[in-house]
Amino acid sequence: MEPVVTRSARIGDRPRPKKNYLNETRGVWSWMTTVDHKRIGIMYLVGTLSAFLLGGIFALLVRLTLLTPAHKLFGMQVTAETYNRFFTLHGAIMVFLFIIPSIPGSLTNFVLPLMLGAKDVAFPRLNLASFYLWVVGAVMAISSMIIGAVDTGWTFYTPYSTTTSGTVTLMTAAVFVLGFSSIFTGLNFIATVHKLRAPGMGWFDMPLFVWSMYSTALIQILATPVLGITLVLLMLERVFQIGIFDSRIGGDPVLFQHFFWFYSHPAVYIMILPGMAIISELIPTFSRKTIFGYRAMAYASVSLALVSFIVWGHHMFVAGQSQLATVIFSALTFLVAIPSGVKVFNWLTTMYQGNISLETPMLYAISFLMLFAIGGLTGIFLGTLSTDVHLTDTYFVVAHFHYVMMGSTVTAFIGGLYYWWPKMTGRMYAERWGQVTAVIWFIGFNATFLPQFILGSRGMPRRYYNYLDQFQPLHAFSTVGSWIIGLSLFMTAAVLLASLRKPADAPDNPWGGTTLEWQTSSPPITHNFEEQPVLENEPYDYRPKAVTH
Amino acid sequence: MDWLRAWMMPPQGSEFAKEIDFVYMSLFWLSVALFLMIAIPAVYFAWRYRYRPGRVTPHQTHNTLLEVIWTVGPLLLCVGIFFWGLNGWMKYEVAPGESMEISVTAKQWLWQFEYPDGSRTINDIHVPVNKPVKFTMTSEDVLHDFYVPDMRVKHDIIPGRYTQIWFTPTVLGPHNFTCAEYCGKDHSGMHGILTVDNDTDFAKWMETGGTEWEDYFNGKDPKKTPADWGKITYERVGCNSCHTTDGTKSKGPSWKGVYGSMVQLNNGMSVLADEAYIRESMMNPQAKVVKGFDPIMPTFQGLLKPNQQNGLVAYIESLK
Repeated sequence: MEPVVTRSARIGDRPRPKKNYLNETRGVWSWMTTVDHKRIGIMYLVGTLSAFLLGGIFALLVRLTLLTPAHKLFGMQVTAETYNRFFTLHGAIMVFLFIIPSIPGSLTNFVLPLMLGAKDVAFPRLNLASFYLWVVGAVMAISSMIIGAVDTGWTFYTPYSTTTSGTVTLMTAAVFVLGFSSIFTGLNFIATVHKLRAPGMGWFDMPLFVWSMYSTALIQILATPVLGITLVLLMLERVFQIGIFDSRIGGDPVLFQHFFWFYSHPAVYIMILPGMAIISELIPTFSRKTIFGYRAMAYASVSLALVSFIVWGHHMFVAGQSQLATVIFSALTFLVAIPSGVKVFNWLTTMYQGNISLETPMLYAISFLMLFAIGGLTGIFLGTLSTDVHLTDTYFVVAHFHYVMMGSTVTAFIGGLYYWWPKMTGRMYAERWGQVTAVIWFIGFNATFLPQFILGSRGMPRRYYNYLDQFQPLHAFSTVGSWIIGLSLFMTAAVLLASLRKPADAPDNPWGGTTLEWQTSSPPITHNFEEQPVLENEPYDYRPKAVTH
Repeated sequence: MDWLRAWMMPPQGSEFAKEIDFVYMSLFWLSVALFLMIAIPAVYFAWRYRYRPGRVTPHQTHNTLLEVIWTVGPLLLCVGIFFWGLNGWMKYEVAPGESMEISVTAKQWLWQFEYPDGSRTINDIHVPVNKPVKFTMTSEDVLHDFYVPDMRVKHDIIPGRYTQIWFTPTVLGPHNFTCAEYCGKDHSGMHGILTVDNDTDFAKWMETGGTEWEDYFNGKDPKKTPADWGKITYERVGCNSCHTTDGTKSKGPSWKGVYGSMVQLNNGMSVLADEAYIRESMMNPQAKVVKGFDPIMPTFQGLLKPNQQNGLVAYIESLK
């Protein structure tokens, strides 16, 4: 009785087709006008990773400024204004140009149609339009940095944002455009999942990656319009003083916060659900075992998307919303813990009695489990009303959301990038070096952000240029951690790019994955599959063939 | 384990702070336990079930009992934590009726406090020990947030609205307060000291503005002159928001070189800026308004203690 999938599946693939999506047409123009989801995915990958680099540089500058109370940067004095711009640009770039578009635009664009056995997404031109909107948004955002400055923080709270000088209007217009890019992507994925599943693939035969991305897409199209409206109102307020948010002319600054978080809380799930999507692929593949609790996982993704819409007020416990609202939002916030817990327990049980190998993607997946656990558990402190009063607006919050946004989502993104890299490029990366990056990443991340929990609980407010002397050792520790993160990311870039220098060597299914993207060649042909794949088994079926038939 | 709490939390300035810390530390230990429940199996499984070529894994699709347990269990836990948090928060929300009321006006980037008797201070406030104090707060410009870490309380301050915060300090001495809602350039410089006094010291503070001024007037320390006390007062009561000391024009005339000079008034007359004129300008500022300035200065009658008036006169004299 031969198991269907072992590491031996790496050899004995079909011969590699000469033409694939990368070399079928050539030249810059063929890329710029492509409607192939795989090429658009690659362009999104290059774009969002460039934004990640830029946002990362600002992160390092923020940490470096805080290294000592003297605020010296390579011998130059950093002023409070400059520091405020650093953290604003770090936040705005990371949120709007990187995390929100990254996994949907790049990895999902590439693998979602493949997983469904489809030729492309439902609306290929809309897909390209989404990418170009992202480019326009990115150009506007970067112009706003070059022409002037934005110092509002990424949250654009009124009335500071409506009264400060600088290029806030251009930056918010950029975010408005980026919002439409996100809506287009979400719309496309929903239509694709509904209409383009392979014959035989029912809703509960879809990979869990697809379920999570479907949930993400629901939030993208339902919540993002509210952000658009809010930003238009903000721009009108700045330019025409219409009196929506500014109390001096009859507006209400707290209304802005309600509008803003009505999008930006669900946006947290636009960021974390794709991370969960990737982990749900990595863990069964590298455990060589079917996912535990498939339906619970699918429902958990959708319920996280739904719950995400009714908890925005937990950002505003001390911001002046009504007491009743505060109590209700606290109670609802605890609901988030339930599907999140279900997911973590199911992933762990999937590993139980598995056949686990620790290639780079799996190391990132295990890191995700631990970092997401910390991010989730520290959320309890903030959802609990009495402790939130002390902790909100401090470094505790900064550390908490970095554990979720970066420790979870970015960890999963890097893991997914290693995982699908052979499929995308046709090249295997250097495994041992990849594993080293994962270990350094885990150490660097915790070194940077664990001290920030302590800074916060000891009373260090966020967005602070100056701090009390007693906080200096922890700040210095955190700054050194940020260099370790930088080292790990630099090494990942080197490991992946180095693999491009050698000839294509990746087998069709290097990891023994069961989802459909592994059934086509690496890299895939332009139309994805030689013939329409038909689904025969449930997803993640690692039973030997003899048992299934 | 008290050292751990002392390391993770600021000093406890009130009974409320002790309650919050108890909730915090309980959640901390709960989180440590739950984290280990996740991390230990993850690492153990990765080692125990490490890759062996050809091994077939069991096809475990689900287990209803197990899944119900880890759905309902956390739910019950969360309900409990919610009510625990609600309990502490209710105390934070509802100030006792007998609280002393202090009004707070925040603006970029300083704090103005006003006591029930109308006296005002900037960035520096004294409160009596073991008595509830209620702060009624508003902002003159953007959002701010009054945060007193030692008391474990904070609340946003919103222009065009009043918000409240209260606590009963139980520990004598200085406690930091600071702005916790981003408000622009000097956000991180917008902090001050809250001093908790015993009843005697507090009564003295209310009557004479505290006792530290005595050091400046007794002549024992040559480094502490009445003019130095005037400079402290100049900053503390907020003279500096309208008057500079370097000759530049602000909302009011600069104090540099004023003392002993002839001042042109807006009614065409001129007057010698002597001690009498300066005292009159503090108490009845509309009587003689300097040429080129609007009559906008409020009276400080009853707000400046005698020692503060004396200090300010000495300070202005020193700026000749």
